[in-house]
Amino acid sequence: MKILVPIKRVPDPYAKVRPLSDGSGLDLSNIKFEINPFDEIAMESAVTQKETHGNIEIISVSIGISDCETQLRKSLAMGADRGVLIETQDQLDPGQIADELKAVVESEGIDLVIMGKQATDDDNNQTGQMLAAKLKWPQATFASKITLENSHATVVRETDLGDETVKVPLPCIITADLRLAEPRYIALPGIIKAKSKPLEKRSRTSSGTSRIHVDKIESSARKSSCKKVGNVDELIVELKKVGAI
Amino acid sequence: MKCLAIIFNSSEGKYCAQFAKSLGIEFDVVSFSGSVEDGFGAQKVSVVSGQDCLSDSAADFIAKNAGDYKYIFAVSSMASKDVLARAAGLCDAPMITDVVATLSPSQFKRPILAGAAIATVSVDAPLLILTFRPAGYQSIEVRNSEVIPSEVQLDSASKMTVISKAARSGARPDLSRANAVVSGGKPLKDAATFELIIGGLADKLRGAVGATRAAVDSGIAANELQVGQTGKIVAPDLYIAAGISGSTQHVAGIKDSKIIVAINKDPDAPIFDVADFGLVADLFQAVPELTSKLP
Repeated sequence: MKILVPIKRVPDPYAKVRPLSDGSGLDLSNIKFEINPFDEIAMESAVTQKETHGNIEIISVSIGISDCETQLRKSLAMGADRGVLIETQDQLDPGQIADELKAVVESEGIDLVIMGKQATDDDNNQTGQMLAAKLKWPQATFASKITLENSHATVVRETDLGDETVKVPLPCIITADLRLAEPRYIALPGIIKAKSKPLEKRSRTSSGTSRIHVDKIESSARKSSCKKVGNVDELIVELKKVGAI
Repeated sequence: MKCLAIIFNSSEGKYCAQFAKSLGIEFDVVSFSGSVEDGFGAQKVSVVSGQDCLSDSAADFIAKNAGDYKYIFAVSSMASKDVLARAAGLCDAPMITDVVATLSPSQFKRPILAGAAIATVSVDAPLLILTFRPAGYQSIEVRNSEVIPSEVQLDSASKMTVISKAARSGARPDLSRANAVVSGGKPLKDAATFELIIGGLADKLRGAVGATRAAVDSGIAANELQVGQTGKIVAPDLYIAAGISGSTQHVAGIKDSKIIVAINKDPDAPIFDVADFGLVADLFQAVPELTSKLP
């Protein structure tokens, strides 16, 4: 079985990233880049499946500038067998990313895609579903548990109302939610081994750049002047004053 | 030119009418949540019959009916992101998630970076798919209207099978739609204490219960109660945060609330930076006292 895990390079989700003062973009100077945390969870889940079942090849793929190689190498250190970098300077929207991923799925004969439910930079939450649509494969989004069997996956999904368990025939797309797996610590031997794993560079198979144009980015601090109250009685008075109770 | 609202929960009709009005065009409704009580000015309402709204068959249905529309949209939820992003993939249409403001029919605002920044984005496409957060549209007035819904069937069967579904617990309102939300963090210690203290105040306010990611991860509260960028986005009239420090991730999920109250014994907790009212106190005393003194 072949599992594909897409890897997105994102600004460190724990760093304070601020918009540039002219609003033209984000100030990314001195910001480290990491694997999108949800993709890291997806990769961990794929590696766990391989450890459980054996006979699985894991391919990681990233789309973007040559620097994405760093995140791909990390995915190889986590346990992917080989990496593919679709090298491009183009800004792509999720539908166009899905087109590129579809081409990889088809050329590699992928049986299962496990990927993050969203990236922590643009928070779109679209690419997995769009890839599933383009492949006409079923999708199990927001997965918190995956059990692989021969011809299908049983997936526990988080929904608005609580957990739901679905049975999905393979091939399919599964998107990872927070609780699917906890990414492992990568020990030094893994990092060294990753350096010799194959990493292939390819060009885009489709054309066009993002149909969604970012005009401006501004910071979004909630304006509040917190009124401190001394006790519960004062709080109740204040809440009555503003009509909240 | 028309737009199409997709409804996944019967309370979303009004919000969708408000969003349609922000675009300035007439709208039809497709409901996956059974009958709708009011049309709010919709020209046509179609109710999809059947039990489960599964992503593949639902998206097929939307894509097949997309031809008449310039926009297809729904209130942001896990269900709408699951289905509409798939429909966007089928239609090869661009999509904008979590819209919080309509600047023009082709320009919108949406949060990025877990809510730390707001992006203004524009798009020019024959069909645009969107999910939006209702909080930014609540002041738009919409009219009530009688509606005779037509029943429609999905024409393709899902490849998926639902094996089990967690039943919604208790009689509390839905977290993302409640007028009041009381949330607790990890200091609540265990599930029973959490339910007693946080649940007690929520019930007094006839509100919903929420929790931080730390509380959920440590097993004090159920997954679906998680409030924040990676959980539910809430915008109630009253949000009470008890024993919550106020991480960026959590604040991203609550900042559209009208009034935020923070109860925390640490006077320097960042939650006070976003709260309207703050009480520096031990939640184990202050919250039960508030519960007992509320009318």
